[in-house]
Amino acid sequence: MIEWFTWLQLAVAVLAGLFCLVLGLLGRQPNDYSLGATLLVELLLIAQLVVAIAAPFVGNPPRGSLPEFYIYLVSALLLPPLAGFWALLERNRWATVVLGVICLAIAVMVYRMYQIWVFQVA
Amino acid sequence: MAANSSPRPVRTKTLGIGRVLVAVYGILALAATGRSVFQIIDRFVEAPLAFSLSALSAVVYIVATIALVAPGASWYRVARLTIGFELIGVLVVGTISLVAPGLLGLHSINPFGRESTVWSAYGLGYLLIPLVLPVLGLLYLRTRRPAAIEADVPE
Repeated sequence: MIEWFTWLQLAVAVLAGLFCLVLGLLGRQPNDYSLGATLLVELLLIAQLVVAIAAPFVGNPPRGSLPEFYIYLVSALLLPPLAGFWALLERNRWATVVLGVICLAIAVMVYRMYQIWVFQVA
Repeated sequence: MAANSSPRPVRTKTLGIGRVLVAVYGILALAATGRSVFQIIDRFVEAPLAFSLSALSAVVYIVATIALVAPGASWYRVARLTIGFELIGVLVVGTISLVAPGLLGLHSINPFGRESTVWSAYGLGYLLIPLVLPVLGLLYLRTRRPAAIEADVPE
């Protein structure tokens, strides 16, 4: 796990989450901006997955439990496609709010992944 | 990018907020399932009762999520039952986890600890969402009580 990348990812997820929440509460349907922000969060998660697979081979092993780390990462990876699918099916403001909620949930999950990788000594 | 949502009846508005509720329930179901599966596979013997409770809460959250989406009077009852159970669960388990963690086989009261469940310390490890959500869920269900149930429960 690359620390600065994780913090960047966390910041992007929080900002994307707040952005979608505000758009949703203003009554906007899911649009290119809210779906784009969610897509960005998903792309960063995929990058995190690549980093997580590669890191142990270049002398950056997790201090905590790797399976637990992957449960969080895989769950997080599933959320944007599900919420995005929902947003395309049900085009109303609440779908935008849901995009925001899942981005914030991902931020929390990324923080847990960070804790597991950097601190948790099982 | 103007909002071009057509005017809708009030009923749809509560339904819309319900969508957000369903999404949050779904995330919580995922979180509880992931955590309990991992705890049970990795270290069940450490705190069997606490980890069984984790699994139970996961199942209840999954059923509640489905019941909130599915239409009909019987699913409505299931939703009310599971969400009520969650409220009792988070209050009872939350209290025990703080007052007498030993009863659950817990060695610490840390809600972020390796033995904690979704309901430990009233769900503090999940930003107290497990405590707030059932209350919101029950309030939401009150606003959209199906006619079939309205008939046999006079108020």
